[in-house]
Amino acid sequence: MIIKCRTISRGYGEGYVLVSPKPISFFGQIDRTTGTVCDENHPLYGESVAGRVLVFQSSRGSTVGSYVIYGLAKRGRAPSAMICMEAEPIVAVGAIISGIPMVDRPEKNVFKNGVFVKVYADRGFVEVLD
Amino acid sequence: MYLTKEEERILKGEEGYVKQKAMEIIVALGDIYGADRLIPISSAQIAGVSYTSLGDEGIEWLESLRDCHVAVSAMLNPASIDLENWRDMGVSPEYASKQLRIINAYKRLGVKPICSCTPYLVGVIPRFGEHIAWSESSAVCYANSVLGARTNREGGPSALASAIIGKTSNYGYHLVENRKATVLIDVSVKLETLSDYSTLGYWVGEMIGSGVPYFRGLNLRRSEELKALGAGLGTTGSIAMYHVEGVTPEYAKALTDQVERLNFTDRELRGIYNKHFKPVGGSVELVAIGCPHMSLVELEEVAKLLKNRRVRRGHKLWLFTSIAVKRLAERCDILDIIRRAGGEVYTDCCIALAPLKSLGVRNIAVDSAKAAFYTRLLTRVNVSFGNLKDCIGSITEV
Repeated sequence: MIIKCRTISRGYGEGYVLVSPKPISFFGQIDRTTGTVCDENHPLYGESVAGRVLVFQSSRGSTVGSYVIYGLAKRGRAPSAMICMEAEPIVAVGAIISGIPMVDRPEKNVFKNGVFVKVYADRGFVEVLD
Repeated sequence: MYLTKEEERILKGEEGYVKQKAMEIIVALGDIYGADRLIPISSAQIAGVSYTSLGDEGIEWLESLRDCHVAVSAMLNPASIDLENWRDMGVSPEYASKQLRIINAYKRLGVKPICSCTPYLVGVIPRFGEHIAWSESSAVCYANSVLGARTNREGGPSALASAIIGKTSNYGYHLVENRKATVLIDVSVKLETLSDYSTLGYWVGEMIGSGVPYFRGLNLRRSEELKALGAGLGTTGSIAMYHVEGVTPEYAKALTDQVERLNFTDRELRGIYNKHFKPVGGSVELVAIGCPHMSLVELEEVAKLLKNRRVRRGHKLWLFTSIAVKRLAERCDILDIIRRAGGEVYTDCCIALAPLKSLGVRNIAVDSAKAAFYTRLLTRVNVSFGNLKDCIGSITEV
């Protein structure tokens, strides 16, 4: 299935989907060195974002979050791509400076945990494999 | 969004990797906020300077930006330490070396190593209607509201990207229609001190969160009051602009019929002083003044308060300003009066970012609601809030 999206950060990435049911802040809620969600109050507590295609509604929190994403990418612990319902500047900038493909506004939200997706951010679509 | 052929070329990477990344940031933000095109800017003021907030990841990123030079005049936000006199602050060489690496990385990009939240006091003065890309929230408020320049509240990377390209996306406060008032604040209490103005801003930010407040009933005496007001507004709200009736340059066309109304009375003023923060008491070890950075007039005021008094043994008075204002204070003998009374003037930095815990400081007092908010949040020391006279009085003796 092909889902059209808007390009936020260019590139191609693929992986298994990890859906965050709540907004997520890269600064404070994700361990800066491992990529594991470290906030006990977040529904993804204990899960790692490394190598996954992170799907979330929106993000929040401090501008430092952009640099945290960069640090994760440097250590190979960042998501392989990100799909967001409505992008906001902190994660968008983080994705761009880190070279992580990112799209937002998917025409349909069909993303479920464990599904394999290919994110063609340059061309503005996501392929969902059954 | 419409891009010129030249802008498209940069986006494709034909002018190198760094300019490509910078252009990607500007275009992505433009897309997110529905900009129609890019517009030229005349200056940038860049956040993401202190090691405390940037971290090692931030240093890695900045040092990866090579072979590029900013296109417009660019300055920095305050750092965590005085870039020259950090040893006097008690900062460790390890910490200082990280901070100085950050400054050098910016310098290599052509950014001026001038770290201040008051660029408009030290030589970067945009004219009315000029587009700029500034980060620091109180500077953004001052530029939009008092000078009538136009800027959004930029993040660190987006301000740097704009400095490198010399442009920003045309959205938000760059557009006249977004600069109208959204709420009318009737101020019926007489504001006396800069702390009072800071408190008014803090309260309004908390009440409205975002939007453009319009103040009625203010009886302003000096521009430092506007500096303090904007700093308060930018702390509790994502506010980037305000109007003051009869004072700021765009007030006359700012009001529409749809605005909401709020009243600021003595009750609200006292509420912030007494309930929100701890009043200044006897346990204070360090008084920190200069959020935003002090003007020459403010330093002179402190010098007058210190006449025939001195800082008590074991206590500290730290005043924060920009390098330029400190030099002026030196020329005017103000610095000498402050030092002889036991005070110290630091430049380039900010109390909320200083590594206070490792300096062994437990109780501080400030005269700015913004400083009270961030210092409590970021340094985890006990912070009390009061006006300048009470702060200075708490650690000095005749």
